Amino acid sequence: MPPNVTALIEIEGLSRRFGAFTAVDGVSFSVERGEVVGFLGPNGAGKSTTMRMLAGFLPPSAGTARIAGHDVQNDGVAARRHLGFLPEGAPTYPEMTVEGFLRFCARVRGCDPATVPAAMAVTQLEEVRLQPIETLSKGFRRRVGLASALLHDPDVLVLDEPTDGLDPNQKHEVRNLIRAMAPRKAIIISTHILEEVSAVCTRAIIIAHGQVLADSTPGALTADGRDLDTVFRALTLGEGEAA
Amino acid sequence: MRAVWAIARREFAGYFATPVAAVFIVIFLVLAGALTFTLGGFSGRNQADLLPFFGFVPWLLLFLVPALTMRLWAEERRLGTIEMLLTLPIAPWHAVLGKWLAAWAFCAVALALTFPLVITVNWLGEPDNGAILAGYLGCVLVAGAYLALGAAVSAMTRNQVIAFVLGVAGCFVFAAAGSPIVADFLSARLPVLGEVARGFSVAEHFGSFVRGVIALPDLAFFAAFTGFWLFANAVVLEWRRGS
Repeated sequence: MPPNVTALIEIEGLSRRFGAFTAVDGVSFSVERGEVVGFLGPNGAGKSTTMRMLAGFLPPSAGTARIAGHDVQNDGVAARRHLGFLPEGAPTYPEMTVEGFLRFCARVRGCDPATVPAAMAVTQLEEVRLQPIETLSKGFRRRVGLASALLHDPDVLVLDEPTDGLDPNQKHEVRNLIRAMAPRKAIIISTHILEEVSAVCTRAIIIAHGQVLADSTPGALTADGRDLDTVFRALTLGEGEAA
Repeated sequence: MRAVWAIARREFAGYFATPVAAVFIVIFLVLAGALTFTLGGFSGRNQADLLPFFGFVPWLLLFLVPALTMRLWAEERRLGTIEMLLTLPIAPWHAVLGKWLAAWAFCAVALALTFPLVITVNWLGEPDNGAILAGYLGCVLVAGAYLALGAAVSAMTRNQVIAFVLGVAGCFVFAAAGSPIVADFLSARLPVLGEVARGFSVAEHFGSFVRGVIALPDLAFFAAFTGFWLFANAVVLEWRRGS
């Protein structure tokens, strides 16, 4: 990584069209080390599409995204070395055991096999490490995906709904984990749960219809006394109300 | 290469973690054996060779190989794991090559399990074991060629039935291209076309191996054919990314 780059994630004018439908429309922001950005928006707002483009899975129709200074399209392999990505729904190979799957990820990435027990420890997967993933509950599967994103201790974490399907205790653990890692990384998490933003995020980006509507600290968004819920509804439901 | 190897290992183990391996191998062995002894007239020929067996293998593979390849990419799309796989720090061709190598090794195992035929023929007479070895090499190369074609077709669709039918059709075109019916029909109208069809015929090039001849042009044909479809697979994967 070039030493003068401060922002680990840089997104400029990112757009994606599917036929006539514009899913993401000129999104720009950057995230520096130490920041935890909460990516908020109603279903279909373009959160997952933006994250997929940032992860280099979906080619953008326009705009650029860089991770640790590497363009995700032109220099994708280098960019993805710095990235831990949890895709929407945390897809994994159902017939593999937890440990087998994580070993596979470690092998592809070329990391030390010792990272596998470490990642299982922080995501509390040790008790199920020899179980096939298809036999696990949704919360465990989510944590398997999370563990695979953490294996190589990446600079950048892009987590699409990391706490979806977890029980309150597990949510608490994952939030603690994110908070603990935050100073060393740039993290984006998408979520529907607004309390999560106040709990772990240093910054909130609200997106609807593919456009960024607000980009500020959770404190600043609620500075006028309204709670985050009200702010979110006002921004995403009607511009008239918000004004 | 590390990533290719890791992916190939996972895929290969995947065949044996599901009933795919057992069903495929049993059906292949039953059909190969039955056809060799019934239609092939193995016992009635009074000749110690495996020509009846080798004659059926390309036609068996024509149906069985697309059954293996139809799920290669279609399944990854259905599970969403393609998003996880392609956001690892690898190029698409690593995944293409890894999947193909695993499927190829699996077919080689299935072919190797026909060894009782070799023992039988050595028991009954004194066959040319060099020619038998060349025949097996030809079978492995045909399997590799069909696998590459079938995998490329699988990358084009998320529907496994379509992938299977198009895979069989594609393999059939190249299997039948050199058959007398097609070649004579073409030669009668345009002699050049008959030659071209023979040049692209999998069966024609396989024939030399069965006769015990390992010739450079035939090896080059299989290498080029397989290489072309693997390349096509990587191109399709890149092009259909995220759609």
